Order: sequence, then structure tokens, then C-alpha cells
Amino acid sequence: MKIVSPFREITPAGDHVSVRFEQADLMLPRGENLAGALLVAGIMPFRQTPVSGAPRGPFCMMGACYDCLVEIDGVTKQACMLLVTEGMDITMPSAKGPDDAER
Amino acid sequence: MLSADLIIIGSGPAGMSAARRAASADLSVLILDEQPAPGGQIYRDVDRASALRGDILGKDFRDGQTLTKGLQHDNITHLKGAVVWQIEDGTHVAFTRDGRAEFASSQRILLATGALERPMPVPGWTLPGVMTAGAAQILLKQSGIACERAVLVGSGPLLYLVATQMVRAGVPPLALVETQTKTDLMRAMRHVRGALRGWPYLLKGLKMLVELRRAGITRHVGATQIAVDGAQCATAVTFRIGNTKHRIECDTVLLHHGVVPNTQAARSIDIPHSWDDAQNCFAPECDEWGRSSVATVFIAGDGAGIRGAKAAAYAGEIAALEIAHDLNIVSKEDRDASVQPLRKGLNAERAARPFIDVAYPPYAGALTPSDDTIICRCEEVTAGDVRRMAGLGCIGPNQTKAFGRPGMGPCQGRYCGLSVTQILSAANEIPPNKTGYYRIRPPLKPITLGEIAAMAEAETIEVRK
Repeated sequence: MKIVSPFREITPAGDHVSVRFEQADLMLPRGENLAGALLVAGIMPFRQTPVSGAPRGPFCMMGACYDCLVEIDGVTKQACMLLVTEGMDITMPSAKGPDDAER
Repeated sequence: MLSADLIIIGSGPAGMSAARRAASADLSVLILDEQPAPGGQIYRDVDRASALRGDILGKDFRDGQTLTKGLQHDNITHLKGAVVWQIEDGTHVAFTRDGRAEFASSQRILLATGALERPMPVPGWTLPGVMTAGAAQILLKQSGIACERAVLVGSGPLLYLVATQMVRAGVPPLALVETQTKTDLMRAMRHVRGALRGWPYLLKGLKMLVELRRAGITRHVGATQIAVDGAQCATAVTFRIGNTKHRIECDTVLLHHGVVPNTQAARSIDIPHSWDDAQNCFAPECDEWGRSSVATVFIAGDGAGIRGAKAAAYAGEIAALEIAHDLNIVSKEDRDASVQPLRKGLNAERAARPFIDVAYPPYAGALTPSDDTIICRCEEVTAGDVRRMAGLGCIGPNQTKAFGRPGMGPCQGRYCGLSVTQILSAANEIPPNKTGYYRIRPPLKPITLGEIAAMAEAETIEVRK
């Protein structure tokens, strides 16, 4: 996980709420795009691929590439298609099952 | 079940303008769109973003508010956050919203699903910190987020637009690495007469280049052998200009070499597509009104072929007129009278396109990626894997799925489909049209069992005895 984020808010949003990503307690701007808010908070990667375990983060920001997948309440979702709400408990997707590609 | 005369999928420029025109002709319109606010990607969150940072995003962006205002009409229902996953019988649409699935029915459906970034597989493009230029622009528009220490890589006017917006935001890119060459520009001069008819675009392009030069942004033109370095995330981009090797240390790499029609919805209902040589991609087959081979389904905007936002708005209105005529609400005479200024506008918008397509071709290195380059990001299949599959007798993209799963991950081929077609086409020496594309099946987006179960509660179930 990077400590210093290369993503900067140029027009900072006001009201921040607490959100958890893995072990990190974060304060993210309410109602803003979740993937963007996580990037500014220095979260990277968002997940590891089920095939090789390679790190991934947001790529398209428009709901098409599925590289920003995170797990919320047991359901895998695209972070770029969600808005920040209070108390979100986010983890990396736990799909570390058998490697389909090699079977 | 929700029902309307017309269901429009997507609320970008084509969808919004079609909605307004159809609503004005007294059709009831239901718009289904994935985003929490109208605008599509080009005008993403335009109402909120214009107020917060309209100066950075520019007038062309702010102008999108004219279209969002048009949605305020009694005949228009705009469902935000509605993810469409199936189209049936050319009249029914299944979608998920707020954790529950629903059906909607209509007389006609307009697909206004817009564009996707053209896949740009270069070594290292799956690393965190590598995004599309469009993604960086979306971050800027919707969230007011800028990428520091970024390099823009590829070709096309969007790179200049994103770069100037970054400059205005006070977070200029480190450099532009551009893949088009002087030869491309010379070839484009053949189309310069058409381009002069579309002179506002040329003028905008020149203005952006002047702005970038004034800001001291370095442009490396004619780049080849582009790769992204890094282990856990992108740390540098490397390339050659002629025989000189370059390396730029950076935190973010923003890729772009054009956009292509998002054809997932159209393909899922077996609308035929054909290869467009000029734009290096597939486009759905439609008539001049946007009518597809499924008589009740129309397509407008970049999803029918890349022409840009303003052309999309005209095309949306043209399709809406024909739909209203189809439903016997607008007479043939009225349709033909109303369509004239729209076609004129559309043609003017198209004038500069051949010049742009030739001056800024896709990056050749990403159309024929090196063997070790990943092309299917989801299943981590390389270009070499696909070439080996061709060697084993794979003729078409659907066979490759059985050989090694490309296109079978969550993105369902959105970011590898064209690459697989083009790699197979080159390896087998069979043109793209004959090589074909993945068969796209519903659900178009993943859906949970819970969302489908919630659907049953809403429906009256008749039990036959």
C-alpha cells in the first residue's frame, strides 16, 4: 500500500465519513466516487487477481474493466460505480480459489 | 412492470437528446443509466462538476448542461443507477437497481451505450497506476481529482484535452508520449478539405497545443516500443524515438489511442456488426435512422460508430424522430422536415473526422502486441497465448475461450475483444470481418441471485394447476 498518494483533490469535498478498507480506518468524502476517494486516501492496490495474484487498481473508472473490484458485505462490487457512504466495510475480494486458467 | 413507449439505455449525449426529442413528440420515455447523474462519460456529472470546477473542464464540457436540462420533461422518467443486463424480444429490458432486478417493457428501444477506450495492451499496462486517459478525465470531472507526476501516452485529441485540463488544474503532466508520426500527418492532409469544413475542431486542437507549449509540457512524438515499468505499481514509462531510448519516472501512466463503440448490448441481441477499416474496430449495422436488424431496436451515438459528442446528440434526435414516426405519432412529412437541420448538423460534425482518424491512428505496437504482453486483463492471457491458439487451429475468438479463457473474466471481453480479433486475423491471414468477435451473452453485467430473487417478490406469479 502506498503511503503518499499521487492523486490529489483539487476542489476538496466537505463532509467526511469513516470507512474501513482492510485494516485501515479512513475518512472519505461522503457521496463522492468510492474508487476516486480510495485513490486519494493512498489505497493501492485494490485487489489481487485470482489468476496470478497480481496487484490491480482502477483502470477505466466507468464500470467496464472490473479492475477496481472490492468486497463489501460479502459481495464483490466495482468501486468506481459506488458512492462513499458512512461505515462502509471494504476488503479485497477474497476470490483466492483454485486457478481456473491452469486447470 | 415499468413500461414506456421508448426505453433509452444510456444518458450520454445521444440518449439525452433522443429522450428530449421523443418526449416533445409526446412519447413516454424511460431512461436507464448506470451512473448516479446524467451526462454519460463525456459530460460525466456535468451539473455538479460545472459548478465546482467548470473553469478547469472548459466550455465544451459545461455545454452538456443544455442536454441534462432537456431531461426535465413530464414524459421522461430517468432511472439513475440502473444497470441493464438483458434485452429480450427487442421490447423488454432487465436491469438491476438498488439491489433488486426489474423488467421494463416498451414499443421501441434505443441503445445509446457510447464508447469504450480502445484497448491499448503494452507491456505493464495492468500495473496499478496505469489507467486510461478517459479514467483520469472522469476522476477530474466527477471527483475533482488530479493525477500528479503523470505521463500521457498514445495518440488523439483527447490526450491534448486531458493535458490542458491538468495544466489548468495546476497539476500538469510530466510529458506527452505520442505515437502518431509525421507520415500520419502527411497522409491526413488528403482529408484536409473536409477537415477545413470542420475547422472549429482544428482550431481547438491548435489552441490546446499552444496552451501546452506555453505550459512547458514536453511532447515526444513518434514513440515506439512503449512499456510501463514497475513491480507493485507503475514507476516509469519507457519508449523509443527513432533509435533513442527514453525513460520517464512517474507515478501514473495514462493510456489512450482512440475510443471504439461499446457494442456489448447490441451484440447480445445478435445485431450484425461489420469491421470499419478507417476506425479499426467493429460497428453495428444500422440504417441512416439508427434502425438495427432488430426492427424495434435503434442505436445512436458513439455506440454506432465514433463521431463524437455533438454528432451523437444529432444522431439521438434523428433516431427519436424515426421512432415517433414508426409509432404513428409523427407524420412522414413532419419527420422529413424536422430531420433536415439535424442531418446538416450531423454532416458538419463528421467533416473533421476522416482527418482526425488518419492523423491520429491507433498505436501499431498495441495492435500487434509482443508475445509476452497481457491482452486479456481479467484472465491474464498474453498475445503469445492467442498466437499459439491460432497455431493450433483457432479460427475465431469464441474458440480461444475454450483454449485459454480470454474474454471469460468479469469484463466479458470489453478490453480484449478487439485485440483477440486482430491478433487472430493477422496470425490466420483472415480479415477481421471473417474472424469475427466474441459472442456476447446476457447477463451483460454480473448480477447476484439475491437481486434476481427480489424480482420475484415484485411480480405476480400465476401458478397453473
